[in-house]
Amino acid sequence: MWAAAGLVLAVLLPFAASQGDSYESFMDVSTMVGIYVCMALGLNIVVGMAGLLDLGFVAFFAIGAYTYAIFATPQANNFLHFMDFPLSGNTFWLFILIGGLVASLFGVLLGIPVLRVKGDYLAIVTLGFGEIIRIVFNNMDKPINITNGALGLSSITPPTLFGIQLLNASQFYYVVLVVALLVLFIIRKLEASKVGRSWRAVRENEIAAQAMGINLFKTKLTAFAVGALFSGMMGVIFASKQTFIDPTSFTMLESITILVMVVLGGMGSVPGVILGAAVVTILNLQVLTEVSNWLTDLSVNGGIAIPDVLSPSKMQRFIFGLLLILFALYKPKGLIQEKNRIVDPKKFTEAGENAHASN
Amino acid sequence: MLENILRTLPQVLFDGITLGTVYAVIALGYTMVYGILKLINFAHGEIFMTGAFIGTAILLAFSSLGWIGTLPIIILVLVAMFLTAGVTGAIGVGIERIAYRPLRKAPKLIALISAIGISFLLQDLVRFTTEFANDGNFYLIGPELFKSNINVPLSKMASFLSDASFKTSFLFVLVTAVALMIILDVFVNKTKWGMAMRAVAQDRDTAALMGVNVNKTISLTFFIGSALGGATGVLFAVQYGTIDPYIGFILGLKAFTAAVLGGIGNIRGAVLGGLIIGVVEMFAAANLSTLTNHVIGAEYKDVFAFIILILVLLFKPEGLLGKALHEKV
Repeated sequence: MWAAAGLVLAVLLPFAASQGDSYESFMDVSTMVGIYVCMALGLNIVVGMAGLLDLGFVAFFAIGAYTYAIFATPQANNFLHFMDFPLSGNTFWLFILIGGLVASLFGVLLGIPVLRVKGDYLAIVTLGFGEIIRIVFNNMDKPINITNGALGLSSITPPTLFGIQLLNASQFYYVVLVVALLVLFIIRKLEASKVGRSWRAVRENEIAAQAMGINLFKTKLTAFAVGALFSGMMGVIFASKQTFIDPTSFTMLESITILVMVVLGGMGSVPGVILGAAVVTILNLQVLTEVSNWLTDLSVNGGIAIPDVLSPSKMQRFIFGLLLILFALYKPKGLIQEKNRIVDPKKFTEAGENAHASN
Repeated sequence: MLENILRTLPQVLFDGITLGTVYAVIALGYTMVYGILKLINFAHGEIFMTGAFIGTAILLAFSSLGWIGTLPIIILVLVAMFLTAGVTGAIGVGIERIAYRPLRKAPKLIALISAIGISFLLQDLVRFTTEFANDGNFYLIGPELFKSNINVPLSKMASFLSDASFKTSFLFVLVTAVALMIILDVFVNKTKWGMAMRAVAQDRDTAALMGVNVNKTISLTFFIGSALGGATGVLFAVQYGTIDPYIGFILGLKAFTAAVLGGIGNIRGAVLGGLIIGVVEMFAAANLSTLTNHVIGAEYKDVFAFIILILVLLFKPEGLLGKALHEKV
């Protein structure tokens, strides 16, 4: 099944889209779907698997994006004098990792004070952190101009692969596809590992988990750091794809959008979250704009006056808010429910017997 | 440098206390709901914002009826506050009934998600209602009610101080907010309903066994918290003029910080926390660039509430007036 999906994504989808004239814009949406899928998978670790509500996830995305953007534009010349910036597009591949690690570091720094405290303070602290990061990036143009403030950073160097500059959405699509597969692979491994099982244990019952010898603080902190890592990585890709970033791309609405993806798809369920991310991204970038355009056409040509106020592209908050409430109330497990892996008890008894025999 | 700071201190205190009383009354709503349900009511900031809009709309209606100028302003504002409090109180009860009550036994995470959903929904409902009514503008400017400024000639009393001034609405905001807090304190500590609220907060099941109607008590808590939030919204609109649908979010965040600082669940603590945050924020706004030699400016003032929140969680998670809770297994 995975091979079939891979074939569709790598060959069929780009090929099917290549016939029309809106090829690039179609691939652009597909690329964004990929970016959001990875982010949602990252948030799924924090919210879905470890049960920690993070409402400022976009902060880590912003940190990753700015990490690359500052060094891939002449901006870094303002405070670093030992080499000449912008760095070449070859460094992009390294920066995917660096951006992720920087974001992860911030995740740990934020997690240390908050995760020690019992209670739901995490939600409000992350909410605040998301907002603070935006304010800080918005104002770090003085005394030393680091982020260029509200003007944002433009002409970010696009990545280079074997001497070819990647400029089009169709090229980015493959970059994102490879990264997404990598992320998926890592998450699948993590899910089944000891730490993945501890996350779930902590989510289900902290006291019982502690009694089984799980260190609550460490387990939560790992979830937080891994989530931030993926978010930061995608930030780097986002910055290089857009070639322009400013603080307005990283608002609370973005954080909530990613949360909607996770809740809609099914908290903790990897296939669910992929579905959720794809649905919400396409809804956000394609459907809402098209319906809005259609409504505008209708009120221009058809004489049915639909006030601009109700234009669906402005109603994201309404739609997302409603989705969150409805899913919380009626379908808290999401579209595709998380599956518990069935453990074959024979495997364990045999292994146990073998171990005994060898003794 | 210090002289400068001292010189402007009285003005900072006036502004800080005004802002602080607003935070304090909103913090009461957070603290009451948290005390009784152990749930962060994310929608509370939005209730405050909705209150600001409803109140301003009522005042604008009064203004178009020509009542402003003919009737005493204080009475008009009090009427607007009273009506608004009724509406937002009802909204609060409705939110609890629809979005929180069915989830009372569900994991905390699900209830929080529902709360954040409500918060977003309210923001957008207010936005497009305002845009409908106000020619496509999502912000609202209230009628100017208190035009005069009061000057306090401090420089005559002490030469190291400079004059301070405040809008007359400052006095009104202060007196009303303090009155609201005293009424609430008496209500919670002295009445039968207040006793029921404290009992439910302490142990819901035992309270039910003692004959307390738990659902009614929780509804009442939401009504009072939301009515206070809405009334404060009106005060905020009167004091600061322009309002938009997104004011509730960051203000709610600060008010929540105030509640945590004072000790969540503790009503007097919330008031103390609100005042501290208000004064610290205004102090930062006035003096940050002097203190840091223009490296950091007043635009970082919003960061302070957040830093306080982190520090409290690190060093005194039970808050200034709260008691450390022991985990029940």
